[in-house]
Amino acid sequence: MQPAYSVIFFTSASGMGYGLLILLGVLAPAEMIPDDRTFGLVSLGIALGAVTFGLVSSMWHLGHPERVLLAYTQWRSSWLSREGVLATVTYAPAGLFAIGWIGIGEVVGFWGVCGLAAAVLAGFTVYSTGMIYASLRPIPAWCNRWVVPVYLSLALFTGALWLNAIRLLFGHPAADASLVVVATLLLSVSLKWAYWRYLDGARAGSTPETATGLGSIGKVRLLDPPRTQTTYVTQEMGYRVARRHAAKLRRYASVLLFALPFVLTLATVATHPWIAAGAAVAAALSGSVGVVVERWLFFAEAKHVVTLYHGAEAA
Amino acid sequence: MTSLPREPGPKKLGLVIDLDTCVGCHACAVSCKEWNTGGVAAPLTDLDPYGADPVGVWFNRVHAYEAGDGMGGRTVHFPRSCLHCDEPACVSVCPTGASYKREDDGIVLVDEDLCIGCKLCSWACPYGAREYDGDAGVMKKCTLCIDRIYNENLPEPERVPACVTACPTSARHFGDLGDPDSPVSRLVAERGGRDLMPELGYRPVNKYLPPRPTRGGTDSAERGADPLPPEPESGGGRFLRWLDATLSR
Repeated sequence: MQPAYSVIFFTSASGMGYGLLILLGVLAPAEMIPDDRTFGLVSLGIALGAVTFGLVSSMWHLGHPERVLLAYTQWRSSWLSREGVLATVTYAPAGLFAIGWIGIGEVVGFWGVCGLAAAVLAGFTVYSTGMIYASLRPIPAWCNRWVVPVYLSLALFTGALWLNAIRLLFGHPAADASLVVVATLLLSVSLKWAYWRYLDGARAGSTPETATGLGSIGKVRLLDPPRTQTTYVTQEMGYRVARRHAAKLRRYASVLLFALPFVLTLATVATHPWIAAGAAVAAALSGSVGVVVERWLFFAEAKHVVTLYHGAEAA
Repeated sequence: MTSLPREPGPKKLGLVIDLDTCVGCHACAVSCKEWNTGGVAAPLTDLDPYGADPVGVWFNRVHAYEAGDGMGGRTVHFPRSCLHCDEPACVSVCPTGASYKREDDGIVLVDEDLCIGCKLCSWACPYGAREYDGDAGVMKKCTLCIDRIYNENLPEPERVPACVTACPTSARHFGDLGDPDSPVSRLVAERGGRDLMPELGYRPVNKYLPPRPTRGGTDSAERGADPLPPEPESGGGRFLRWLDATLSR
């Protein structure tokens, strides 16, 4: 699949934003993170800013962005529509939570419930993002049980990296927050590696024989494509550039997304506070670049069954 | 509404494509382009049409495949267009209601005024039936020529999709596949019509009739490479006859 930059930035940025919002919405009412108002302003600002930047960037690739309100109408059938509805609805409790925390300085009681509601809705939003991909049967690399858990865990993990960075910049002790980073990192790395193992071992369900119905005659090969140049379908669905470099890109993604943030997060525990904060910020930046590479690869590695009509032997 | 019709009507209009008689002339594809570039989905935009790298919207494209090997092998011409599926995921993924499946006849259409051009429907289609028009910013697809088949200004025999009228070998048949007694349904039953990628569960309405088995490929195979026919015993002129006789002594 052709990687759509707007969608990659959208899922990476809004994933991180929602992950951070979930952690803030749960940890602040539980009084597990400091409740001072500047900290609330910065952390909620980054979370909602990333979410908003992501949502806006997702509209870049639309042919008619001015009609975007129509996308709220089909939530009964479409995961994309559900994602849009949930993303918008999440702003309500998140906004109240922000008013409580930043404006009034309260994160418990009613304001805490708003935080929890925002966390739950943010979780469902990321879940619908994953389901958009997981429900596409023509793309076996997406339509499997690993995709939604990977989206959810990476949202939490990248959110936790930024929470850690903000906490250390505010000079808060880091040990338990680093624990959240390490736990979500281990979860993400296991799920992502399981996904890659699944992808490498998956057998093609569709073949040129099932695509053409000519399997009873024998093996089917493309003799003449139905075009002299590329078409929308071959450009969008037949993208092959990254598949050739998949192994290398997986290593880059693993290093940037998992290995470096892991080492840097360990480095935050026992050193000078400013070095600790620097390490945590570096970990968050590395993880954020890593998740963009991971998302790009998620598109580029995915094969669409329509390529079977254009000469692919498996999809 | 992109939810599928809760109670789909009995009528399922579609095409039956005979892969035995299709000669791959592309008349259906060209005729489709010609009709539809002036029809409801008009224009079927071409970008850089006379340049080095033209790209444009077509609803119907003709592939050619080789199937099998040796004497049992076949070259099969294979027109591919929207199959107007019973389970069109292209419709249910649409966030805006632009894509819909008609209750009355099962035709899958795009309302271009509602389309935001997110392209998700084209990802959801296993058959490559939807082509995005980058110029208009909307998705386009086969309409089964709704502006022909119900068009009372056309003489009755012409109220079929443009691809069907254009086919010189009658390899394309149009009709109601929801009615088991319709000519197209009987054709599918007689010839063992097939679904494309049935394993994905889209339940296409259009069917493909497989090529008929070749007439015993074995005699020609046994003959192998034909030697030149033997020289006739007689004939070949007086001189050659004399030469032959002389040399045979």
